[in-house]
Amino acid sequence: MNRNLIIGAVLTSIFVALAVVSFVWTPHDIEALDIANRLRGPGATNLLGTDHFGRDILSMIMMGARTSIAVAVVAVGIGMALGIPLGLLAAARHGSLLDEVVMRGNDLVFAFPSLVIAILITAVFGASAVNAIIAIGIFNIPVFARLTRGAALPLWERDFILAARVCGKSAARISVEHILPNITNLMIVQGTIQFSLGILAEAALSYIGLGAQPPTASWGRMLADAQTLVSIAPHTALVPGFAILLMVLGLNLMGDGLRDWLDPRIRVTRV
Amino acid sequence: MSLLAIKDLCVSINGTAILQDVGLSMTHGEVVAITGESGSGKSMTALATMGLLPRGAAAAGRIALDGTDILRTSEADLCQMRGNAMGMVFQEPMTALNPVQTIGAQVAETILIHERTTKAEAHARAASMLARVGLRVSPTRYPHELSGGQRQRVVIAMAIALHPRLLIADEPTTALDVTTQARILDLLRELVDEFDMGLLIITHDLAVVADVADGIVVMQKGRVVEAGATQDLLTNMRHPYTKALFEASAHAVCLPEAGPGTPMLDVRAVVRDYPVTRPRPLGPRPVFRALHDITFAINQGERVGLVGESGCGKSTLTRAILGLEDVQGGEIRLDGQPVFTGKRPNLAVRRKMQVVFQDPYSSFNPRHRVERLITEPFHLLDRPPAGQARKAAIARALGDVGLSQEDAGKYIHEFSGGQRQRIAIARALIVEPELIIFDEAVSALDVSVRAQVLDLIAELCRKRPLAYLFISHDLSVVRSVTDRVMVMQAGKIVEQGETEAVFADPQHPYTQSLIAAAPQLPQIGVAV
Repeated sequence: MNRNLIIGAVLTSIFVALAVVSFVWTPHDIEALDIANRLRGPGATNLLGTDHFGRDILSMIMMGARTSIAVAVVAVGIGMALGIPLGLLAAARHGSLLDEVVMRGNDLVFAFPSLVIAILITAVFGASAVNAIIAIGIFNIPVFARLTRGAALPLWERDFILAARVCGKSAARISVEHILPNITNLMIVQGTIQFSLGILAEAALSYIGLGAQPPTASWGRMLADAQTLVSIAPHTALVPGFAILLMVLGLNLMGDGLRDWLDPRIRVTRV
Repeated sequence: MSLLAIKDLCVSINGTAILQDVGLSMTHGEVVAITGESGSGKSMTALATMGLLPRGAAAAGRIALDGTDILRTSEADLCQMRGNAMGMVFQEPMTALNPVQTIGAQVAETILIHERTTKAEAHARAASMLARVGLRVSPTRYPHELSGGQRQRVVIAMAIALHPRLLIADEPTTALDVTTQARILDLLRELVDEFDMGLLIITHDLAVVADVADGIVVMQKGRVVEAGATQDLLTNMRHPYTKALFEASAHAVCLPEAGPGTPMLDVRAVVRDYPVTRPRPLGPRPVFRALHDITFAINQGERVGLVGESGCGKSTLTRAILGLEDVQGGEIRLDGQPVFTGKRPNLAVRRKMQVVFQDPYSSFNPRHRVERLITEPFHLLDRPPAGQARKAAIARALGDVGLSQEDAGKYIHEFSGGQRQRIAIARALIVEPELIIFDEAVSALDVSVRAQVLDLIAELCRKRPLAYLFISHDLSVVRSVTDRVMVMQAGKIVEQGETEAVFADPQHPYTQSLIAAAPQLPQIGVAV
């Protein structure tokens, strides 16, 4: 059995579970400030300690997981929803002007450092979780468009596509009926990887104050708040740091494991 | 003393037995052919002899090359032997060569690895070896600049550069055209005599076997079923599998008489050009003419063959007839209507034509079930049958090709190559087209399966009038399933006529060379 896949799936599902539970229950209310109890180390009442406002860090991590996952899911969704159709279109009209326009447009987006542009977008339109989602989502589009086109092109050369064309099916119909089901594996794997990148990007934007705004909890913001307190209360930085690390690690392991599991060629060579 | 002696060779991979008690022996200057259908263990025997068994394989028994047991030799010593004492020629010459190295350097490399010589001398010897295998091009050429036959000569030069005692050739001519195949086989035979080496040739083509081999080993399911000197074995076959194999190779189907039909497909003066890459960035874009002035017609119920070597334009013509690509000159009409109608295909014309492709592994979407696969042509109908009628149509189509109704719910990977080709035929038949194009439809199949599929085609002709265009490079198959044949060379039809007349008395020099080059199956005798 695939070890990476299991470890990755377990890590990921722990955080997803934390995020889901936070909708109905958190150990403490994160909007309740309790200055008297600030910077308390991990203990019985506050499992992971409290921050400089005396808020419960475990509760903040749970709420933060919710923000991270929501941002990443929607950003990957935007990337897939626009990128995959663009890639299919480019592959279906391979070599045409349309293909050139789509792919050069992708190159254009690729040419800019994604985080810098994300900062620009949030700086222009204001810092908020929604703008962060849009900024991260835009940079997912070319990733999926390129991958889709690359995977679809060799499929277009296969005989079953020719057979479908003999049956008078249009390029759009062939793309949906024949190409898409055959590249789903690849999209799932890439989706997992992009998901982890989305979480990192959200943490980075929140860290510099351009992501989710208070009182919404966010791992990146927790890190930013903790950085001046590292020497006196290291747990305030370590806990969100490890949360980001473990979630990204989990998703990457899962993506790696899924690729091995879903790709029959690799499965054969491993035997 | 024998050169190669294999005794009681058993190979299993992860516990599955691949080879069981395989034995063979051969001497210097002898050509031995291992033959059998796919999965019979021919290639595994060759790999075991080279000491190249895949990971996870366990071997028992003895493989002695001049007294050295390969199975008990260390990997380091085996590396010394490979290329030096034994050489190997692979099926696909394109992938066996490094695309970014000149052919001279690749041959010289083999010499440099095994012998302490100067680079200059190695290159000089490589050049003379390339000349010896009949390659009349400079050693500074790259593999992509050569034709398939020339590449195979380079691979042979690499294999024999150090005069190995044993040469193993795994399907050396399967990827080549018939005329090239004949020349490569001649070359191998010459080299065996000149260097007094042993040649172990692995091939599924019995005509090739009968042509070149001194001894034959017939394998089935990992076992040797019969072995002997070629003449002996051919005149006196003992094992039923050997007989079945030879009978299937020589299989002739019995076509019903084609009635006089009215003209249906009309191809008139068709020209097809492809733009090729510009030689200079801003220069004019040259065109390659793939089809020159092609004219022919197919009547209703007529079976027409199209033969030619690779690159002659057969596939281009198929696409043009199917109306998938436009032509640059002339016209193609089916029942008076043009087959190509711009971006929006004319369904009324399309539903009169279907196609069966060569590769049974790539002609189906692996993610759909058989019922969905074979009903795809229903897209061509204005009112496709639904519900009970659709079920009945699926059952009838599967029944027609000898499959059961339960197969409708399965995925394509559950079927063998021959079954997949039956499913492809079912897909073609389901809309009852007037014309089916078989594009090398039996070329990828084993001989016994090929015989069954050909019988199926003949039987379908008996059930209802069926016209087809049968495209193949295999002359014997075309001869048995067509009424009329066209011979194509470099985008032109050089000869056409009644099949029997063309084969018995070919007029064009190209047709004559094709028929002369095709290896002939000998008359077979059967032990009483």
